[in-house]
Amino acid sequence: METLPIQVTVNGRTYTAEVEPRLLLVHFLRDVLNLTGTHIGCDTTSCGACTVLWNGRPVKSCTVFAVQVDGGEILTVEGLERDGQLHPVQEGFWEEHGLQCGFCTPGMMMTAVALLNENPDPTEEEIRKAISGNLCRCTGYVNIVKAIQYAARKMREGATVHVGGA
Amino acid sequence: MTATAVRGIGMPVKRKEDPRFIRGKGTYVDDIKLPGMLFMDIVRSPHAHARIKRIDVSKALAMPGVIDVITGEELAKANLAWMPTLMGDRQMVLPTDRVVYYAQEVAAVIATDRYTAADAVLAVEVEYEPLPPVLNPFEALKPDAPLVRPDREQKSNHIWHWEAGDKEKTDRAFQEAEVVVAQDLYIPRIHVASIETCGCVANYDPATDKLTIWMTSQAPHAHRTVFSLVTGIPEHKIRIISPDIGGGFGGKVPVYPGYVIATYATLKHKKPIKWIEDRSENLQADSFARDYHIHAELAATRDGKIRGLRVHVVADHGAFDAAANPSRFPAGLFSVCTGSYDMEAAHIQVDGVYTTKPPGGVAYRCSFRVTEAVHTIERMVDLLAHELGMDPAEIRFKNFIQPHQFPYKSPTGWEYDSGNYPAALQKALDMIGYQELRREQAERRARGELMGIGISTFTEIVGAGPSHTFDILGIKMFDSAEIRVHPTGAVIVRIGVQTQGQGHETTFAQIVAEELGIPVEYITVEHGDTDTAPYGLGTYASRSTPTAGAATAVAARKIREKARLIAAHLLEVSPDDLEWKDYAFRVKGAPDRYKTMQEIAFAAYTNFPFGLEPGLEAECYYDPPNLTFPFGAYVCVVDIDRGTGQVKIREFLAVDDCGTIINPMIVEGQIHGGLTMGMAPALFEEIVYDENGTMLTGTFMDYLLPTAVETPHWKTAKTVTPSPHHPLGAKGVGESPTIGAPPAIVNAVVDALSHLGVRHIDIPITPAKVYRILQEKGVAE
Ligand code: FES
Ligand code: FES
Repeated sequence: METLPIQVTVNGRTYTAEVEPRLLLVHFLRDVLNLTGTHIGCDTTSCGACTVLWNGRPVKSCTVFAVQVDGGEILTVEGLERDGQLHPVQEGFWEEHGLQCGFCTPGMMMTAVALLNENPDPTEEEIRKAISGNLCRCTGYVNIVKAIQYAARKMREGATVHVGGA
Repeated sequence: MTATAVRGIGMPVKRKEDPRFIRGKGTYVDDIKLPGMLFMDIVRSPHAHARIKRIDVSKALAMPGVIDVITGEELAKANLAWMPTLMGDRQMVLPTDRVVYYAQEVAAVIATDRYTAADAVLAVEVEYEPLPPVLNPFEALKPDAPLVRPDREQKSNHIWHWEAGDKEKTDRAFQEAEVVVAQDLYIPRIHVASIETCGCVANYDPATDKLTIWMTSQAPHAHRTVFSLVTGIPEHKIRIISPDIGGGFGGKVPVYPGYVIATYATLKHKKPIKWIEDRSENLQADSFARDYHIHAELAATRDGKIRGLRVHVVADHGAFDAAANPSRFPAGLFSVCTGSYDMEAAHIQVDGVYTTKPPGGVAYRCSFRVTEAVHTIERMVDLLAHELGMDPAEIRFKNFIQPHQFPYKSPTGWEYDSGNYPAALQKALDMIGYQELRREQAERRARGELMGIGISTFTEIVGAGPSHTFDILGIKMFDSAEIRVHPTGAVIVRIGVQTQGQGHETTFAQIVAEELGIPVEYITVEHGDTDTAPYGLGTYASRSTPTAGAATAVAARKIREKARLIAAHLLEVSPDDLEWKDYAFRVKGAPDRYKTMQEIAFAAYTNFPFGLEPGLEAECYYDPPNLTFPFGAYVCVVDIDRGTGQVKIREFLAVDDCGTIINPMIVEGQIHGGLTMGMAPALFEEIVYDENGTMLTGTFMDYLLPTAVETPHWKTAKTVTPSPHHPLGAKGVGESPTIGAPPAIVNAVVDALSHLGVRHIDIPITPAKVYRILQEKGVAE
């Protein structure tokens, strides 16, 4: 099978690779770069378990080809923590019991990071709408909403100078 | 040591498992990568019922990167074309001559990477001769129905008949009854759809002659035993590891053909084999839940006292009886369907039937058919209330088993351990402002608006179970724990149950922390590896806390008894002069003279009394004396849109009683999740087949999981009635809300429409279904 060269920055580190044009971004991250924090939960772009930020915008990485992100910047769950400091969204999920099995969590958190970068003070309804492309089978969402509210508060208070984005 | 330092039972301890998950550092099965690993993908049947005339693998085999294509014929030579199910039936691993459900496994491709494997699946040519599908269990029971399982001696689609209760006594109660209400209820086929699908990495290492399988398993030990029996490999040469599991809910209890084929492939090729299902394969072919056709009748006096319950169920089990019920309970614990109500008599009959649909009848976050049972009784009680013009709360108060009646012997033979049903319902009504809501409803009704209030006061039955009655394939349903206290007072706990998100690594550590007075951060809990964990039956049916939780407490208490001897030695007093108080052994009357568990642990390895074995370890295999019976009172308030038929849950209050609470934060989380999985089948989810038996809801585009937008902001509250027989008084909670929520929602919707003459609606209550009713009743907008 023919391959194409790509160069992509993931979590601040630049990689070059030869990939099949049909290779999905999620498989590139998981199988080629061994960044297995990004999960796969469906085959119809429905669950959001695979959500990552592509140039700061949340995308479902199961529905993007690796070759499309050539030259771009990707942020995955592994890139949220900086210098041993959890991102406020990670902290919020831990504090507010926003996860159970943890499978939806990376995608859910990436969507939350994107939301808070755009809207630092979302209402509960705005949060629910923002995460409606991310399915969670365990938590019933109440604590996920609380976790994102926690992160929003924390980020507004400026306790951490951390804005997400690669 | 203070309670805040120990952070034992009752404390909202933040979860110990979360640091790895929030960093994306969990290890789920698809994260496992071994050198030389090959990938497996599965060819599936496009027919619900067909003869296989020919399988041609040559084109697939010729593709670069394709290593092998495995068919049923090959497996048959190894005596692996069939495997036993946990229900004592047998199931095809790969077919040799016929398929019996849509998306059934037909052949398996092994290739160097997942893309090539997927390509090769399309290149396998299979010629089928379609046979008539058997989709309706009532049709299946007709004498001229096509036979789903000609391999069986019994030449009919009937699997088994099962009864509970007293027929004569029940018939008498009905003959004498002043009022009888009857209803057909269908509880459709649904799917757990955990966000992680199923899969495995199977690795046979010829150097050590050992087979290791990382597997999405809720019951690794039981699976090891099954694998050993099926393959003939000695059990100590098989290691099953449940890594982090992305949700189970019962769907990861059965043994699926994919696991067995991957195992066969690694034994054949001596290379690691990875198999991971796609979501559509997961929805289309993995075990389903429910599919119960229920006819129920309730007998009562005219003033609303229930006298008897009569139920007949036709249970659609698909093509193989691959449920995971305890052996003696082919219909699970359905006979708990007399619920929270005291009545003279009940008689329950269930007939299991084969159809050409995927196998199972496993759980959907529910222990053994209790959801079906609770749905039945909670709907029937509401029907009776309507019939008699009584308030649904009033009729419940009138019929509740009263607190003084516990332990209560139910007419179908269960012994309920403890409960206070009136207190739970009263609390729920007070908190939600029931009377005020009824007033509001009357006002809205007068304005033509549709608002409904639904109640469900359920009794759950969990913690299977006592060895005298409960086993799976003969293995008794005990569970286990093993605790080792290291010299510095740090602890490792290994348990026979397996977390899939329930937070065992935290709650089981809290149990040990509480019992030993060792801060929770010094305690590590391990599970899921059959080489290291003690034998257990796994996590499902809310059994972890009732069984392994008890085992953990008992093992910790054994350690404490030994620690008492060491403390006495250190303090130079008699063991009888010591008492365990404030997390230390203290000299009676001189509480300042004490030894903590850390000090004792060190002495257990450095300065133990003469004649005592060194070390500080214990294990317990706990055989529960009874099941536990959590309960709850739920109130749901809905508004119905007359223009769209949409049901909106305005408010939902869940009052749960699960006995002693180990971690209130985790319990609340379990309730939120359980309520959502209760709402899902009530309003959205259903597996639907067309007339050919093709599944129409085989992806997340058509099988609708609730998102954050549809899910209400759940409100929760609790009462605490400890279990008298559990060492901690705990009962288990994971499934209560999934069981209690659906009838509360249905009762609310029916309540909103009751003045129009509506008495019952089958789930899922979709907008289309409601809109049709509104049209019929002339109130659609
Ligand atoms: S894996 Fe489900 S949306 Fe990408
Ligand atoms: S925590 Fe399990 S799916 Fe969200």
